Amino acid sequence: MATFNTNQFKGGLKIILDGDPCAIVENEFVKPGKGQAFNRVKIRNLKTNRVIERTFKSGDSVEAADVMDVDLQYLYHDGEFWHFMEPNSFEQYQAGEAAVGDATKWLKAQDTCSVTLWNGTPLQVEPPNFVTLTVTETDPGVRGDTSGGGGKPATLETGAVVRVPLFIEEGETLKVDTRKGEYVSRANES
Amino acid sequence: MNDWRPCASRATLARRARLLGDIRAFMAERGVLEVNTPLLASAAPAERGLMSMRVEQAGYLVPSPEHALKRLLAADMGAIYQLGPVFRAGEAGRWHNPEFWMLEWYRPQAGMADMVAETGALIEAVAGVRCAPSREYRAVFEAVTGLDPIECEAAALADWARQRQLAPADAASDNDRAFWLDLIMSLAVQPTLGQNGPQCVVDFPAEDAVLVATDGERPGVAHRFEWFWQGVELANGAQELTDAATARERMQREQRLRREAGAPATELDERLLDAMATGLPPSAGVALGVDRLLALICGFDCLAEALAFDWARR
Repeated sequence: MATFNTNQFKGGLKIILDGDPCAIVENEFVKPGKGQAFNRVKIRNLKTNRVIERTFKSGDSVEAADVMDVDLQYLYHDGEFWHFMEPNSFEQYQAGEAAVGDATKWLKAQDTCSVTLWNGTPLQVEPPNFVTLTVTETDPGVRGDTSGGGGKPATLETGAVVRVPLFIEEGETLKVDTRKGEYVSRANES
Repeated sequence: MNDWRPCASRATLARRARLLGDIRAFMAERGVLEVNTPLLASAAPAERGLMSMRVEQAGYLVPSPEHALKRLLAADMGAIYQLGPVFRAGEAGRWHNPEFWMLEWYRPQAGMADMVAETGALIEAVAGVRCAPSREYRAVFEAVTGLDPIECEAAALADWARQRQLAPADAASDNDRAFWLDLIMSLAVQPTLGQNGPQCVVDFPAEDAVLVATDGERPGVAHRFEWFWQGVELANGAQELTDAATARERMQREQRLRREAGAPATELDERLLDAMATGLPPSAGVALGVDRLLALICGFDCLAEALAFDWARR
């Protein structure tokens, strides 16, 4: 069993706490001059996403979580699970709703996502920072208006709704920033 | 990689240089002699919370120059100070760097109150701030917890900490008062201290006193004080213990506690004990963290910005 000592604690480190995989958010070393040293640590539970605070005696060890981030290709949604594939080994993984969360509205087949795996099970799915998606529904475009001022809502093929400039038409493909949920440009302009 | 670059700006390094000059001027004006004792010593202090760094074949890097300075006091050198680096194993964090600068000074014939006053005068002179009134440890601890830190049993302290999710999961040390006092003081009380200027807290509990005099009339109270500023510990001082036999007993107690905790044991510093047996004058002393003082003067929220290179970039 791999372990981490408190002096290895830093943001991002993955540990097991009460049986659940967790990530250290913030680690503060606390010690009175000649007294007992402690680590006061903010920890995110990777299953529930809740952040808690814990105290450790400095020098104590905790179990390391076998958690890793891998790049997987998104395949399809079967109504219950989202299926991903490791592009080299062709190994497949299925992620549940808790792991996919908000990423679902950006998932397009064959796009590469960063997936956090714990003992081989997806805990969290991060969509690519930029995705290229087709507009399936929007009000008719205003000819000649290329200013982008104002804007209108557009529904994309994955179901996401973003604000786009008035000149965008149905059927066009757009580049979208998934972190902000914002239109960037027409796909062929980027 | 940008790892080679300094942590501090040139303006900070200049402020640091001025601070060191101001400290030396303050000491010179008050007739305290600057001395330089070995940073690499043959013996390490016994205090259970002080982890010295071992240097193969040579000894220990000093976590404070206390032992050497006390030997100078016993040799009648008068009021003395040392300004320079010290080393503490395992102490790295936002407000800790395993190598840091310490100003430590002692005055023969001085009491705790004299040293509290002189430390305040130094801070005001070099930092250009007004200090807040001193308070007793008992009062600041009670204000936050409602518990009397001198009388209270360890179990009550543990309960208080557990109810607030401050206790480590595996803290088996239910009857270890010093452990729980350290925990509550560090996590709950200290953040409230020194918020209206540097503040001194006096009369600490006697549990972990080693080379510190304890109060003959108030059992459980040591003549120890600490300064805090913006929730950060700045200095630690005391009326010094002069009795060699008591010092030996307490150092042996610390050695035993180290062994029980699985920490590296250290031999007793027999030269210090010999000096004390010959006669340490009644005296008081204090040690102040210079990098922390600089960081707080500059308004930084971590130590690294006050250092040319922090531990990660050494």
